[in-house]
Amino acid sequence: MKLLKCPVNGLRPIDEFAYGGELREMPDPQSCSDGEWADYVFNRTGAPGVKPEWWYHIPSGTWFVAERNTVTDMVERTYFRGEA
Amino acid sequence: MSYRLPQQSGEWIDRNLTFSFSFEGKTYQACNGDTVSSALWASGVRVLGRSFKYHRPRGVLSLANHDINVMLENGIDINLRADVLPVTAGMKLDAVNTAGGVVKDYLSVLGWLAPFLPAGFYYKAFHRPRLLFPFWENIIRRMAGLGVMNPKAPRLVSPKTNLHCDVLVVGGGPAGMNAALVAAKQGARVILVDENARLGGTLGYDSSSGLGPGQQLEQLCEEIEAHADIEVHLSSYAAGYYADHLLPLIGPEGMAKVRTRQLIVASGAYEQPAVFRNNDLPGIMLGSAAQRLIQRYAVKPFERGVVLAGNEQAWRVALDLLAAGVELAAVIDLRMDPPPAGLIPPAVLVYSGYCIYEAVGSSGLEGVWACPWDGQGNADQSRAIYIPCDGIAMSVGWAPASALLYQAGAKMKYDEDCQQFVPDSLPPGVHAAGRVNGIYGLADSLADGERAALGALGLSSVINLLPASQASHPWPLVEHPKAKNFVDFDEDLQLKDFATAAQEGFNNIELMKRFTTVGMGPSQGKHSNMNAIRVLARLRDEPIQRVGSTTARPFFHPVPMGHLAGRSFHPVRHTPLHGWHQQHEASFTYVGAWQRPAWYGPDKATAIVNEVRAVRHAAGLIDVGTLGKFELRGLEAGEFLERFYTGHFLQQKIGTTRYALLLDESGVITDDGVVARLAEDFYYVTASTSNAAAVYREMTRCLQLWGLEVTIVNLTGSYAAFNIAGPLSRQLMEGLTTADLKQISNGGAIETQVAGQQARVMNVRFVSDLAYEVHAPAQSILSIWQALVEAGQSCGLKPFGIDAQRLLRLEMGHFIVGHDTDGLTHPFEAGLDWALAKDKTFYIGQRSLKIKANKPLTKKLVGFTLPHPPANLPDECTLVLEQGRIAGRVTSIAFSPTLGQVIGLAYVAPEAGIAGKRFVIRHQDGSDVAAIVSKLPFSGAAA
Repeated sequence: MKLLKCPVNGLRPIDEFAYGGELREMPDPQSCSDGEWADYVFNRTGAPGVKPEWWYHIPSGTWFVAERNTVTDMVERTYFRGEA
Repeated sequence: MSYRLPQQSGEWIDRNLTFSFSFEGKTYQACNGDTVSSALWASGVRVLGRSFKYHRPRGVLSLANHDINVMLENGIDINLRADVLPVTAGMKLDAVNTAGGVVKDYLSVLGWLAPFLPAGFYYKAFHRPRLLFPFWENIIRRMAGLGVMNPKAPRLVSPKTNLHCDVLVVGGGPAGMNAALVAAKQGARVILVDENARLGGTLGYDSSSGLGPGQQLEQLCEEIEAHADIEVHLSSYAAGYYADHLLPLIGPEGMAKVRTRQLIVASGAYEQPAVFRNNDLPGIMLGSAAQRLIQRYAVKPFERGVVLAGNEQAWRVALDLLAAGVELAAVIDLRMDPPPAGLIPPAVLVYSGYCIYEAVGSSGLEGVWACPWDGQGNADQSRAIYIPCDGIAMSVGWAPASALLYQAGAKMKYDEDCQQFVPDSLPPGVHAAGRVNGIYGLADSLADGERAALGALGLSSVINLLPASQASHPWPLVEHPKAKNFVDFDEDLQLKDFATAAQEGFNNIELMKRFTTVGMGPSQGKHSNMNAIRVLARLRDEPIQRVGSTTARPFFHPVPMGHLAGRSFHPVRHTPLHGWHQQHEASFTYVGAWQRPAWYGPDKATAIVNEVRAVRHAAGLIDVGTLGKFELRGLEAGEFLERFYTGHFLQQKIGTTRYALLLDESGVITDDGVVARLAEDFYYVTASTSNAAAVYREMTRCLQLWGLEVTIVNLTGSYAAFNIAGPLSRQLMEGLTTADLKQISNGGAIETQVAGQQARVMNVRFVSDLAYEVHAPAQSILSIWQALVEAGQSCGLKPFGIDAQRLLRLEMGHFIVGHDTDGLTHPFEAGLDWALAKDKTFYIGQRSLKIKANKPLTKKLVGFTLPHPPANLPDECTLVLEQGRIAGRVTSIAFSPTLGQVIGLAYVAPEAGIAGKRFVIRHQDGSDVAAIVSKLPFSGAAA
């Protein structure tokens, strides 16, 4: 079982966490086209590499961002969104 | 006769404590510390088990937990390995997979059929004609397999523990023991694990090594025992490697999950068998097995034996055999060069450049034919010598016990000098030491353990050893026209089977494994993979490095299912009113982890009708403490809710409630609830029971995303709630509170005292037009509830469960998210246009709805009645048909006692969704049922 570093609680077993999907930047809903919006809502990047992901530490209710290399499954760093 | 040797130092048996046990119906004696195999071998028993495919007699091979042809059952456990199973008094054991007992197994006739059962036979033979396959399958299933399961075996709960350490050392041989000591002396907390009953590894049985028997071992053991920071786990094995250094240790009692910072794998090497005709006869064993028999259990392996030599270790085995009083008939050395002078007594005949061409015997070894050979598998039979003997000790090579390293992601390379795979690169935090690392010899092993320990602690080391150059013979395999030269003892695979596989095109290691099934038996190739790789390398004319090895997945050694089984632990959530419900004959149902009353009383049907009637004509009480309950405080709490839900909350008046509809980014309905504004900067929000956790989670994520000044507190567990509904509900509530409830009758909310307790009262009209939801801290809800029950006793107030609630809300025409909606339902389909704020700049899902609004609606949720209901109502999820095409489906349907007719909710084509229009439901029995679209709420429902 993997360990994941919660920015508040430190290294914890992965089963204390929930995955929240890839962190994606929302396009401006006022100005973006329907196509751009649909791409944001429905499409995900399948290419391997380091990706920012939402993770949630369930017991403490902590959301944070983990930068995970999807090739090696190694988490390179974790932080609160906005504190990168 | 007894093969027990005189008492010697270092033996694992206690001769003062003996007992008897039975094997295959016969009684034998054992000393405390004996394994089943050692006790039987000491008693002269040679046929200990039968092979899997041809049911050939088999005896001791490794005595190292890999004698998979000698497996036992005791009526409860199956596939117990006799070579490591300690004997206890009164044990009753039988060999598995025999027909008529291990000595006279009549299925051994299969051996005569062997020429007709080539590799891949099963894949091809029984597929045509297909009609006959069940017949063959039945026969094969009965003949294949090992132990017979006893379905009545008692359930044994085995403990699971969690351990943490700085350094986990797997393997308690010289390298592992020294690694543990060095690490502990540097201040690390160490766990040392070994699958044997005692520490020592090779030190415990390879007695001619190093300082002489026992001394060095005793010293290491004493030091380890004296060190407070070394925790030793014996008779346990690390069964697999999992991410971030988590390793399950499987012991006799159960499983310990070890999380370590650094891992040192000092798991040693498996001695490998030589391949020649009849190399499986009882009496033919690995050199290390003979040494274990002698040193650990004081058992003479055989009377008159032969050593088959492929490396230097063989001389040590020969000396050990001589010391044990074995008559050494000959040493047959696969290598061409004669041994160094003076190594073994001149009386022992040494045949250098010879191989064993064939072993002779029926249920035990009787002699061998030795021939000069070319070192490539071809014997010169013209110069064959017959040597009568009852045992062979084979010392021809090793394969690393590298399963954990592979699983951890190590890259291995084949070292031609050492004739062994050794680690090439290791992942961070994983270290290898000793034989698994290609390091042999006592002094080198100790030093390599020290190097690994220092490396694990980030300390530099000057020790840098190269894999041993004392090569084993690279090709310990001998061809024979009559075959029965086994490469894999698990599956009875012969040398020729590999050539067949290659001919068929399966000449890749992974394909060959699957076609021949090499390495797929219980030992997972521990004794066969290396030779199989050699054979394949030769067949492909490639170096072994290019052929590569397969990776043994976890668990690399079988783990009893009982150690893996969980405890059937299912946590249940109860509301604070649970005890009251129990006292009042509630029948409970699960809603997620919550247990909620479904109805009260012995008879379901009458209970539900009575509960519905009470709500419509008097008043009813339902526990809704399972709702999600959140407090949002802060100056931007209103702004947060505006973005989160579809409605308006900034202009919401203090003391009012509003419907809250939650969408996801694609505009799909995910939850609904109620928002009560209790102060300028204070909102109280509810969410549905099943979505409470997800809504809170999404709230907190959005909060971080939007960075607003809001504090969200989840009161789902600490607050409780109930709903009092029906025409008498205001009257009953007013008797318990001074607040003016009329004031909140049209969607209001108030903080007040009810029955002397602080509570939040909201007008929530889910089941009835006149209804109040009372929210209060968990500890005070019961007294309010009881006060209302008492007050309502005389006027017909009843508690009601969620079955009645489902019906009541259906009468009111309210949908339930997730019941009447699915993962694609958007607000336009559910008729919720009114809940969408038109003039907001943003809410979750808004942009997607803008796109959907421009597309034609495909279906619409409507209420319906059945003018001529069949006795057996259409089920929920039956289809709604429009001119024979599927237009939608029924989501809710029930007979309403209030209205005296069948009502429901269904998706229909938009043009059909007008009150009074008819549509067709395809009943589950195939008939069509007419339905009429009805206005919502159903007329006459609201009280």
